[in-house]
Amino acid sequence: MSEVPKPRLAVFKFASCDGCQLSVLSLEEDLLVLGGKVDIAYFPEASSRMLDGPYDLGLVEGSVSTPEDVHRLSAVREQCGKLVSIGACATSGGIQALRNFIDLDVSAVYPSPEYIDTLSTSTPISEHVDVDFELWGCPIDKQQLALVLGDLLAGVKPRLPGSSVCIECKRRQRTCVLVARGEACLGPVTRTGCGAICPGMSRGCYGCFGPADASFPPGRSQANSDALALHFHEALKMDAADVVRHFRGIHGYMDPFKQTAAKWEDDG
Amino acid sequence: MTDRCAFKLPRDRFDDLLQAIRQRNYLLLAPVERDGSVMWGEIEGSRELAWGKADSQAPGSYRLEAGHPERCFEVTHGPQSLKSLTFSPRQKLVHVRCGDDGLTFDSEAAESKPTAVIGVRACDLAALKMQERIFIEGEYADPYFKARREKLLLVAVNCTRAQPTCFCASMGTGPAAESGFDLVLTELEEGFLVAAGSRTGEEIIASLNLDAAGEPEQEEARQAVEACAASQTRSINTEQLPQAMYAAHDHPHWDDIASRCLSCANCTMVCPTCFCHAVEEVPTLSRDESERIRVWDSCFTPEHGYIHGKNMRPATRERYRMWLTHKLAAWIDQFGSSGCVGCGRCITWCPVGIDLTAEVAALLEKDA
Repeated sequence: MSEVPKPRLAVFKFASCDGCQLSVLSLEEDLLVLGGKVDIAYFPEASSRMLDGPYDLGLVEGSVSTPEDVHRLSAVREQCGKLVSIGACATSGGIQALRNFIDLDVSAVYPSPEYIDTLSTSTPISEHVDVDFELWGCPIDKQQLALVLGDLLAGVKPRLPGSSVCIECKRRQRTCVLVARGEACLGPVTRTGCGAICPGMSRGCYGCFGPADASFPPGRSQANSDALALHFHEALKMDAADVVRHFRGIHGYMDPFKQTAAKWEDDG
Repeated sequence: MTDRCAFKLPRDRFDDLLQAIRQRNYLLLAPVERDGSVMWGEIEGSRELAWGKADSQAPGSYRLEAGHPERCFEVTHGPQSLKSLTFSPRQKLVHVRCGDDGLTFDSEAAESKPTAVIGVRACDLAALKMQERIFIEGEYADPYFKARREKLLLVAVNCTRAQPTCFCASMGTGPAAESGFDLVLTELEEGFLVAAGSRTGEEIIASLNLDAAGEPEQEEARQAVEACAASQTRSINTEQLPQAMYAAHDHPHWDDIASRCLSCANCTMVCPTCFCHAVEEVPTLSRDESERIRVWDSCFTPEHGYIHGKNMRPATRERYRMWLTHKLAAWIDQFGSSGCVGCGRCITWCPVGIDLTAEVAALLEKDA
């Protein structure tokens, strides 16, 4: 009896900082477990052994920011049985999606702009191809990654909580930085998953895991960022420009953060 | 305030009381200053208490400020009640292993260390009584809650200072601690009054050779607690409950609340009676082991109202209505008393300061 071949895993990079791919490598002992369960066929960040597709499972890091990305992503989708976007760039366009709110002028940055072929926007993977699951975070959380990979390899539909960072903060018995210190914290409208790291260090949440109250598929978050923005302005005396900066951050291109920032930009 | 056999505990003998408790092998937990509030922290003596501190609470705001320099119980309360000490936010239940001989299930042992909690408030005692009804009374007792509860020694403090967010007087739960404690203290201008509420409490007092309190001290204590009750500015009109809440089911004011509510669940996390929890399976990547854990959950999460194929409470409007209607009305039908003890934590720790007393008043307006 011949051995059943292991599922083939591929990890792709688009416009990103590579931090989420490093989260895969940071699985440490679990990386060995993963290597035993799958054939890591294509992962240029980790190995120069790059085998051709098709692949059973593809992880995509990064956003779409060049015309070439659009074509490459389409090919990636065709080669992968299941496709999971990982990290803020892949799920919402990332911090580089700030360009979506301005008239992009690459000559202001690059001395030889003629070599630069870029789109005027940075957009999430799901705007271009169908995605089977999205793993949020900047960077992603390795425990969530292990859980999702385990589920997908077991043929189970992955499930991650869509609730707020506050629940995790309170489970860890931490004092609320917003209520007790007046720190601007996006925790109440941000998705849990990080372990409430920043409030645990007495800092406000930056919203790395994207809008809360969302379940897959994306774009359906009901997080009430408008009410939190109003509170920042009225109770924390934050001016309109600062309100925009808070919501137009790592996930500034994702609703409802995008809509909230746009309203305050109009007011400011 | 029930008259008990009260004794005078001079301030310079307060540590004797704490040491008498420690000698009985109790770990001492007390409200200690942490990150701009007070949290339960392990102490060795009275020095670690929040001397000279007072809290200033308002909807969506909590600040520690300078208080009476000679007092250590001027801080009314922090975000924690007794809930986290008996109903753990994260409780391991079962360890599951998958081996060649099939699945094995190992239950987590229910164990707890003797713990004395110093500075428990009347609202917290009322909430504990409520949670005991839910977790350990009746046929199915939760072993983890039970083990923790049985090892608690409770040293209550009568409140002599109310926050603008407090409304225990209208809920009939405070500010005086009436029962459910081992010892009760009242902080006075000159030291404390101390009285026992259990046999253990009596023994501890007897070991200290204290003088019986005279009428002047008892009168000072009575007046301080009465003044605290009279100073409370918020209230809930409980006369119309539960029916009026059911009648408000389709009130347009729920939409108004939903426009402000973040659905972040902080109110339910700090509520000393909220008991919702989720049981989660946390398997390893190899899938040959799994930990089954119980974590605090909330009716404000997107998953809580999900039943097979349908979310019963998809929007914030339904979730807030579920919470408030359960807390103030259905709770009475279910458990025989209101689920709200008037501690006001949900008002203070709501990031945007939603005030349930004001929402209830608006919902019960007939002409709306």
